[in-house]
Amino acid sequence: MNVITPKIKIQNADFDTNYENNNLIVKNSGALVNFVGTVRGNLQSSEKILSMTLEHYPGMTENEILNIVNKAIKKWEIENVTVIHRVGKLFPRDNIVYVGVSSRHRQNAFDACNFIIDWLKTNAPFWKSEEIEGAKNWVKARDEDTLALKKWDN
Amino acid sequence: MIIKYFSWVKDLAETNEESIELPENVKDIKDLISFLEKKNKKYKEIFSKKHLIKIAVNKEYVNTSFKINKNDEIAFFPPVTGG
Repeated sequence: MNVITPKIKIQNADFDTNYENNNLIVKNSGALVNFVGTVRGNLQSSEKILSMTLEHYPGMTENEILNIVNKAIKKWEIENVTVIHRVGKLFPRDNIVYVGVSSRHRQNAFDACNFIIDWLKTNAPFWKSEEIEGAKNWVKARDEDTLALKKWDN
Repeated sequence: MIIKYFSWVKDLAETNEESIELPENVKDIKDLISFLEKKNKKYKEIFSKKHLIKIAVNKEYVNTSFKINKNDEIAFFPPVTGG
């Protein structure tokens, strides 16, 4: 297992995906996988989303993400990891979350990246509210996100 | 003891944080919930949605049988929706 220092950041500011990707490429990495989550422009009912506000539980958020990342580091041979999550007011097409993983070979990076975002979605204490015309609603958790964890049972 | 609330639990609690004196007979989260429910009906509404309420003590997930102390930081919040 490599000794790696994951980069974990919670911030209002945007991130630069190319910059973060480049930082993950190290001497022994031959593969890089990233996931970027962005703000959708409309609800399933096709109603327009004007903005989205994200809040979190400072301190616990960082701990939870670090726990998840450490599990991934134990489970797969990876070279480097970065997780950045934005908070505050965001607009359609804005970046929300970046998860990037580099490894010697592609499968470990694919799996570790998938694992980290799956667990982040169900465990890291962030909450979204969506602003639509005339209303602001807290987003409901999706059962699909909890079910997605099943694939990591073993 | 500090209690924090997030998302719609914060809206129902009408605050994001409060400080309370822990009575002698409150030993675990279950006791704390009953204590709060007796204090004010807004908590009754929060904890009537028990299956949706997640609990953290000192920034770690716990369940309702978790033992608590007077200097702990407790948090009640709904299922998370980040990512």
